[in-house]
Amino acid sequence: MGGIRLIVKTITRITLGIIFLFGCYLTFAGHLTLGGGFAGGIIVAISYILFVLAYGEAAAAEKISRFWAGVIMCLGLLLFIVIALWGMWDGYFLGNFLPKGDPHDLLSAGTIPWLNLAVMLLTGAGLFLAFLLLIGFEVAPQEERGT
Amino acid sequence: MLELYALLIFMLLGALIAVENHDLLSSVIAVGTVGFGLCIVFLYLGAPDLALTQLVVEILALVILIRSTVALTVPETYKGREFLAYLMTGIFILTLLFFSSRALSSLPSFGAPLMKVSKEYIALGTSRTGAPNLVAAIMFDYRALDSLGAAAVLLVSILGVITILRLKGRK
Amino acid sequence: MIVYLACVLLLSIGIYCVAVKKNLIKMVIGIIIMEYAVNLFLVCLGYRTGGVDPILGANGPAARLMDPLPQAMALIAIILGLATTLLTVALALQIYKKYGTFDITKMRELKG
Repeated sequence: MGGIRLIVKTITRITLGIIFLFGCYLTFAGHLTLGGGFAGGIIVAISYILFVLAYGEAAAAEKISRFWAGVIMCLGLLLFIVIALWGMWDGYFLGNFLPKGDPHDLLSAGTIPWLNLAVMLLTGAGLFLAFLLLIGFEVAPQEERGT
Repeated sequence: MLELYALLIFMLLGALIAVENHDLLSSVIAVGTVGFGLCIVFLYLGAPDLALTQLVVEILALVILIRSTVALTVPETYKGREFLAYLMTGIFILTLLFFSSRALSSLPSFGAPLMKVSKEYIALGTSRTGAPNLVAAIMFDYRALDSLGAAAVLLVSILGVITILRLKGRK
Repeated sequence: MIVYLACVLLLSIGIYCVAVKKNLIKMVIGIIIMEYAVNLFLVCLGYRTGGVDPILGANGPAARLMDPLPQAMALIAIILGLATTLLTVALALQIYKKYGTFDITKMRELKG
């Protein structure tokens, strides 16, 4: 089975960057076209999951460990809440206070690109952490029944 | 219209196969085909944003289900069927279908919704928020509290996964 | 009207799967099928015949746009369905570790 693993590793090495970049594109252009924070975050998580499935968990732990995935996940929700509370300054909770440029520009629509970025951090890191936990769970019912 | 009916029949058949099959791997793959059929139905109903999200969520759910559970078990057969469970479920489903058909006939007909609130969103959405994507404008500006709730629920469910799958239990 | 009844039929298939089957993973599959039925019903409510997707082009809104409000609600519902699936699969794995099986008729004893 050495040949099949080599094909998987080579293809993964070529396409990982493209998948990650596509996830970032869907996030940042979410207010102009399809996408948004949720879809982009899930695609970023899928790119990391592909890396774990092809190279093993030990190699993935050098890139991003469980601790840092948890930290990035919490930072995403914290950014969302900070933007929401900042809108209370001269508006209301979750008010759209940044300037809205011309439509179809990249930096338009007020707080919507920043909220997309926050949701992408939360979803991407969080789903990668959940996947690591689910496949790393050892089930060995024989020792449990003996006690 | 005919494609919509064909896709709905395909989804119903896939759901029936997923429910009745004895092999767990086949059931999980049948649920996957129901999800992909739903994605194509979303495209047909004019919701491309939803089709994209449904596709990636379906792929992630399939990977998680197959990798976590199907490698563990052997297919088991269960002795005896409980007649009472089938009877009560059958009565409940017949009641549900009867009353829902009476309630659904008073909805506006398929293809002509009322759109009392959405008229404002379509007319003023782009100029007030500056985003041409109306679904993103509604989700992150008009109804941003719902997105905050969804993000919080996702975080709490991942915290629940961390707590339930604790590697070192209490002694 | 027939489309709405197909959604309710899909929901009832999910209810049958959760109520009658004796395998934990079959129950998870039933919950997933119920979520698909509800999302389909939400999007079918906002369909306009002859409409285009609710994303504005370069020259303003087209003649008829689909209703964007049920689509935003269904998007949130899809994400919440993913959270539900994650948590129920984690619960099922922990139960398998304790009892050694997914069969619910063998889980009678209350273990500490």
